[in-house]
Amino acid sequence: MTLRILVCVKRVPAPGARIVLTADRTEIDAKNLGFAISPHEECGVEAAVQLVEQHGGSTTVLTLGPGEADEQLRYSLSVGADKAVLVPTDGSDWDAQATARALVHAISELEAADGAFDLIVMGNESADSGGFQVGIRVARALGRPIVNGVKGLELDGDAMIARRESANGYEVYRLPLPAMAGVKEGITLPRYPTLPARLKSKKADVPSVAAAKHPGGLTTGHFSNPVEVVTETMVLGTGPAAAPAVVDLLDELGLL
Amino acid sequence: MDIVALIEHDRGEAADVSFQALAFAQSLGATAIHAVVVGALSSELTAALGANGATAICHIDGDLTVDYDPEVWGEALAAAVAQVNPQAVVGLATDRSGEVLAHAAAIADAPLAANVTAVTAGADEWAVTRIRWGGALIEEASLNAPVRYLTAAPHVFMPQAGGGTAAVVAVAPIWSATAGRTQIVDRITLASGITLTTAAVVISGGRGVGSPEGFTKLDELAGLISGAVGCSRVVTNAGWRPHSDQVGQTGKRIAPELYIACGISGATQHWVGMMASKKVLAINTDRDANMVNKADYAVIGDLHEILPAISAEIRRRKG
Repeated sequence: MTLRILVCVKRVPAPGARIVLTADRTEIDAKNLGFAISPHEECGVEAAVQLVEQHGGSTTVLTLGPGEADEQLRYSLSVGADKAVLVPTDGSDWDAQATARALVHAISELEAADGAFDLIVMGNESADSGGFQVGIRVARALGRPIVNGVKGLELDGDAMIARRESANGYEVYRLPLPAMAGVKEGITLPRYPTLPARLKSKKADVPSVAAAKHPGGLTTGHFSNPVEVVTETMVLGTGPAAAPAVVDLLDELGLL
Repeated sequence: MDIVALIEHDRGEAADVSFQALAFAQSLGATAIHAVVVGALSSELTAALGANGATAICHIDGDLTVDYDPEVWGEALAAAVAQVNPQAVVGLATDRSGEVLAHAAAIADAPLAANVTAVTAGADEWAVTRIRWGGALIEEASLNAPVRYLTAAPHVFMPQAGGGTAAVVAVAPIWSATAGRTQIVDRITLASGITLTTAAVVISGGRGVGSPEGFTKLDELAGLISGAVGCSRVVTNAGWRPHSDQVGQTGKRIAPELYIACGISGATQHWVGMMASKKVLAINTDRDANMVNKADYAVIGDLHEILPAISAEIRRRKG
């Protein structure tokens, strides 16, 4: 079979960047920030592209976000996605229920036009909001099976075999298609775009699907940066000469 | 106030975090805590739940519950919520409990606040403090719904023994027609014995380890003290160690007795994965590295010289 895959991605400030807040602390000050695809979803795009390379089909990437998220959609095209769709927002961060409702609406429109997706890939959680729920809300609304925390996806006849980490290995799930997966970084190592692919992605047509904002019951008030841990660090020594002091510490903590 | 708390377990074996959900419920001012157990419920678990504050146990059993299944657990939790009619539904922000709470919240079309560290319960609106950006950002939010769904950040609400006993009440969900399609069908065991999440000592390497071969020095020390070896995101991105060894925001979150950070600078992404460690020892060439400043103990110098010296000293003492 050939696979029709949809990957939902989110534009977020590049992970690792220092987070500066606006004066009223209600938003992240984005003016000096670079943006990227949230890491779990970047790996999700790669996983989808690899499945399509293996079995044939197509990968569509969708994002709910501001007009600037066009950048992340075109990046996805440059690393192998075939189509990209923007669900434009007003630029504010939508809560999980509003996001899920809009995604369900947009996905239903896409499926009404071109047929159902065999697999919808979401991130386990977005790097910035960390809600851990949008994929599951969408799956429940669409009536499709979903497993979160997925770190391996393989096609097996009319099902996807999904693996996720447990304390001492992996749990394996078999999800009948059409299915969904909430994936985690590590499922694949994303590729880098080639120059011709980048140039081609700049010319691609990126259609929009409109969706209304229906907020849910969790409303952001303001943000703060966490209080820095202040620890009196005890320096046990310098170089290999510190080894006896380290072993004393292990002994003291009952770890020898 | 009635609160429903999901108890995480694997085929009857309670997870370390299971009782933290009860502690979280207590912190909200619960007068009755209804612990939800899906599947096998032993007399030991029943007793332990009572001792840790549960006043009742909602038990869901049957063919569909023999192994973990996020959809089934979500529907089971939703059925318990319908029976109890609580003010809040709580669990831990782990892979399993997090997704099960999300299923139940989705079924109820209710809001869910994930990774909560503090709550002020008002009459209608609850003020919640939650972790975003894996710990790099704190959000103050309001949660407004008749039934509030919350997952607690791990290791924030610690259980205190000294409770009583809990009566078991059966809950019989009406399963959806497709229930059972997301049950675990197989398990692959990679590590037996000591793992990153269970080890008392974790020895982690970062960029400073320099190469895959550099990790043999960490493996050697881990072997001597029954520790596990972890690593930072830089290391897995470079392909030096498998992603399953990664500690951090996009890797594992651990809480060992001692965390030994070797050549790790201490970026937030990493720190949030190990900040629950009881003690931290940093080994780094840079006295001003973030990790060194935040650690309880530090050794300044080259890990490639220091780790073998520690291993040699342990061998000498053990004779």
